[in-house]
Amino acid sequence: MKVFDRTLAALGASLVAMPALAGAEELDSGNTAWMLTSTALVLFMTIPGLSLFYAGMVRAKNALSVMMQCFTITCLVSVLWAVYLYSLAFGDDIGSFIGALNKAFMSGVGYDTVSGTIPETVFATFQMTFAIITPALIVGAFAERMKFSALLWFVLLWVTIVYAPVAHWVWGGGWLGSLGVKDFAGGTVVHINAGIAGLVAAIVLGKRRGYPQTPMKPSNLVITMVGAGMLWVGWFGFNAGSELAADGVAGMAMIVTQIATAAAALTWMFAEWLSHGKPSALGLASGAVGGLVAITPAAGFVGPMGALVIGIASGFLCYIAVVKVKRALGYDDSLDVFGVHGVGGIVGAILTGVFVDASFGGAGLDEGVTIGKQVALQALGIGVTIVYCAIVSFIILKIVNAFVGLRVSEEHEQEGLDLVLHDEQGYNLT
Amino acid sequence: MKLITAIIKPFKLEDVRQALGEAGVQGLTVTEVKGFGRQKGHTELYRGAEYSVDFVPKTKIEAAVPDSLVEQAVEAIVSAAGTGSIGDGKVFVSDLESAVRIRTGETGDQAL
Repeated sequence: MKVFDRTLAALGASLVAMPALAGAEELDSGNTAWMLTSTALVLFMTIPGLSLFYAGMVRAKNALSVMMQCFTITCLVSVLWAVYLYSLAFGDDIGSFIGALNKAFMSGVGYDTVSGTIPETVFATFQMTFAIITPALIVGAFAERMKFSALLWFVLLWVTIVYAPVAHWVWGGGWLGSLGVKDFAGGTVVHINAGIAGLVAAIVLGKRRGYPQTPMKPSNLVITMVGAGMLWVGWFGFNAGSELAADGVAGMAMIVTQIATAAAALTWMFAEWLSHGKPSALGLASGAVGGLVAITPAAGFVGPMGALVIGIASGFLCYIAVVKVKRALGYDDSLDVFGVHGVGGIVGAILTGVFVDASFGGAGLDEGVTIGKQVALQALGIGVTIVYCAIVSFIILKIVNAFVGLRVSEEHEQEGLDLVLHDEQGYNLT
Repeated sequence: MKLITAIIKPFKLEDVRQALGEAGVQGLTVTEVKGFGRQKGHTELYRGAEYSVDFVPKTKIEAAVPDSLVEQAVEAIVSAAGTGSIGDGKVFVSDLESAVRIRTGETGDQAL
């Protein structure tokens, strides 16, 4: 989102006063081509990437339900985005907190409207795919036990009251971005946000019946590996696309994404190998996702060696969070949304403040900012997101619980959500 | 007539089928089963969650044979299914009172 920030800074208040100026920007066809591609890649991360990644990790009786949730969120958020969410996040700034409704119903977004150097239609759709994947990530935390109706209400309220404001604070001209918090592609907005909401949801909903005594083996790790591979590929759109241009920063974002992801995957694999005697496919894939998450805020800011360190750190810390800490604390974050996205996002956001420094091969700190100051700013961004997201997510869950109830009955949970909620089965193998 | 029931490692099925065919056994029923013997089960680990799996997948084969073939058939199974390691399985032999071939109505050894 760097270019967008720069544009905003350059045009400043005049942009708000004379919106016509935005249309005066020069459209670049190369940038536009890359952003059209990136947008498709980021959507590909949710459907089918994340859907497959999650579906393979749940038990066979719930496989279809998590795919259904990811797919429905894609549809619901797309419609909400066009109606009012895009405007809340990227409309005219109100008090650095939220966007105005001047772009509701995509008002004023036409064939000739330009955002930076790309059509605003492309910018809006690109941002839409981020708003889609964030609530879809949360699905993993309460998988196998949430009512479908409750999920829809939760997502509707959450993207409106949590996602849109936080996206505005960081990318839409809001206060966190103005302070100098660096979040290139959404470590805070997407991953910490999803991780914290997931943790709160896992605790509010409570454990699955029988957790952790009853074995809850993943139904199909082959499709989990397929989904993880799709996430990885799609992530180039997420990270390199967040430059909003086809340029050197996008290229750097691409290579650091690859390096950090590979390093994190190997780190998790070797940590597991050392501690349990065997390397596992699920561990390798989990490490890769942890690395992708951690490099997300850093992608356009750090260099290749910074990425290597970020990858190793996130692979190891996500491994500890998922394998050791979750067990010790006893909450049931079914598919480790907090352990991977929350922890990976925090590690990445903090280390962005270190490795952005030119002496580590990064893009360089803002003028007059030291590493210490930048890390403090990053910590502020993380802290604010955690507090706001945790409190509001908790309230939303309580409201939804009061109106429709969050959990399916014990009997239905036992039978499996595919059958009781959708009258279908994901697998009819016999 | 005897009924030979054998529990073997699944990957040895093809070898056993071939050995029994060479020993003159004319028919065979195969079932995928789970169980445990001295091999016990195994453990599986998913993101730190360790599950012990008590029942190991095995293949059960059943063959009805005339008394004259029992010794060769058992010998064929034992040599074809053996790997020398724990979990190779077992062979049980039991008396069989009668047998009928449904198509022709033949009974006894004729039906096998």
